[in-house]
Amino acid sequence: MNLPRPHLYGLLGEFDTPKQLLDAAKRVREAGYRAIDAFAPFPVEGLSQALGLGRKHDLVPLITLLGGLGGGLTGFFFQLWVSASSYPENIAGRPLNSWPAFIPVTFELTVLGASLSAVFGMLALNKLPQPHHPLFNVERFKRASNDKFFLCIESHDPKFHLEETARFMQGINARHVTEVRDED
Amino acid sequence: MSAGDPPVSSPEIRRLARVLEPGHSYASVTDKIASIVLTRPTSIGWLAGFGLAFTIMMVLMISIAWLIIKGVGIWGINIPIGWGFAIVNFVWWIGIGHAGTLISAILFLLNQKWRTSINRFAEAMTLFAVACAGIFPLIHTGRPWMAYYMFPYPTTMGLWPQFRSPLIWDVFAVSTYGTVSLLFWFVGLIPDLATLRDRATNKAAQIIYGMLAMGWRGSARHWHRYQSAYLLLAGLATPLVLSVHTVVSFDFSIAIVPGWHTTIFPPYFVAGAIYSGFAMVLTIAIPLRAAYDLQDFITMRHLENMAKVMLATGLIVAYGYFFEFFMSLYSGNKFDVFLVQQRLHGPYSHYYYALILCNILTPQLLWIQKVRNNVAALFVMSLVINIGMWLERFVIVVISLTRDFMPSAWGRYQPTFWDWSTFIGTLGLFTSLLFLFVRGLPAISIAEMRELVAHSEEHS
Repeated sequence: MNLPRPHLYGLLGEFDTPKQLLDAAKRVREAGYRAIDAFAPFPVEGLSQALGLGRKHDLVPLITLLGGLGGGLTGFFFQLWVSASSYPENIAGRPLNSWPAFIPVTFELTVLGASLSAVFGMLALNKLPQPHHPLFNVERFKRASNDKFFLCIESHDPKFHLEETARFMQGINARHVTEVRDED
Repeated sequence: MSAGDPPVSSPEIRRLARVLEPGHSYASVTDKIASIVLTRPTSIGWLAGFGLAFTIMMVLMISIAWLIIKGVGIWGINIPIGWGFAIVNFVWWIGIGHAGTLISAILFLLNQKWRTSINRFAEAMTLFAVACAGIFPLIHTGRPWMAYYMFPYPTTMGLWPQFRSPLIWDVFAVSTYGTVSLLFWFVGLIPDLATLRDRATNKAAQIIYGMLAMGWRGSARHWHRYQSAYLLLAGLATPLVLSVHTVVSFDFSIAIVPGWHTTIFPPYFVAGAIYSGFAMVLTIAIPLRAAYDLQDFITMRHLENMAKVMLATGLIVAYGYFFEFFMSLYSGNKFDVFLVQQRLHGPYSHYYYALILCNILTPQLLWIQKVRNNVAALFVMSLVINIGMWLERFVIVVISLTRDFMPSAWGRYQPTFWDWSTFIGTLGLFTSLLFLFVRGLPAISIAEMRELVAHSEEHS
């Protein structure tokens, strides 16, 4: 009867075990829904594949590589510039470009750059910090950080229809199917 | 029980092989671990322990204040023994800090399930140990307010740090190690902070944990990237943890002082660091599991495995001592030979014999399974090893510096009251931070324990 209203975020269903969630995710994908997400209190093996998240969705390794290269190269050439150009010290005629002595700091800065990029890259790609999210309006969703597993079909999916989708979710054994609304 | 475990027969063996006692569900592990932080009342024991630790920490504050007022002359250091307690304690603390990242990173890459319930507080211990370690070189500079000179920043004097010096490598190694350990620890905490946010009943806790959790909601897309970031961090932290004590050992081995200038230092420092780190993890784990009834999560299997790691790294350390000794004699270098004689018969020889007793002889008891399965014996053993590793650094720093090339340059070292008060004070700082950590954050990773539950359900 009602068309999805703009502040309807989606439909949320609850599952008891990771296996049920995994099966449900596969069936939701098979039914043609694409704007879906699953929620679990720990990483469930195979869930990313079931939701169709491949390697290409994961930019974290690339960002980490770039961060590491950036840190290492900056570290090395900075030391070289300082020791050979900006503040050269002639100590008994030893070479100014004493590169082996620059390796420890280069290594440390490689690791530092890569680690900072891995963590902040992961947070940025996940759009965190994000203090408010419509899902937090659902009281039962608190258990997503405890012992329950959730699947959400979002309302912007082209196939989304409030009643049909709700019926479909009940069909795949989702319990407590709830409308998620963003009250503003 | 995980698939890789050996076949088990008797109930007793099965009990000892478990990394998680049976009968736990997702909700029960969440309840049990989160309740330590959220619902349990603050016990008298906690208050007494924290009070004592805090008092000892005040000793540190007073010692540092007096140091800043009077200068490093209040310590026993002199010429030729310029390093003294500050460096002994620095190396000791930074070594202790190695177990956390080793457990988190290396055991994670090796897929060792038993790391799960001990990694969180071992990482916390790492951070606190690095904090204690960092104090010493800082105050040893004599003018700690000038410590920023060690970082490369554009000064109006046009000066830069000397990048060919191991002391500058140390600045970078320790600060990188501290930062990466903090990142690793915090990333691991995010899902658990979300759990605490969702379970907290008072407003202040909800807001604080809510801000720290940054809106984590356990989305599969988030977990996907989270896992890859965590794996990458583990991969990065693994060479890092090996590099830190290597660089610390360069502080010694790059110098030409007898007893320091040897190539065995990096590997044997790293092994010693892991040795003392595991000893400290045991020192903390044993009272922690007793105080908060965590025997289901920190099982005998964990304690025994840690004992085995201590035994193995202890043997590497023993090998290091032996070859240090052998190479000095074999080299025929008269200064090195003389140093060995000084260790055995010199004025500090009792420290050397105590070190051999603590680090090499006592840990051989760990070959006996009865000892490895005896909680009290393990606790005593861990304390003995901690003391032994401290003595090792004392022997390295003091004997070499008091007996170098020229008899005219020889000296003696006598730690003063302020040396001891600063050292004991850092123990107070370390313990205070641990007490606060146990009360404010989940001491065991809840999300990873749930994974363990899921894993054991699949296999049962």
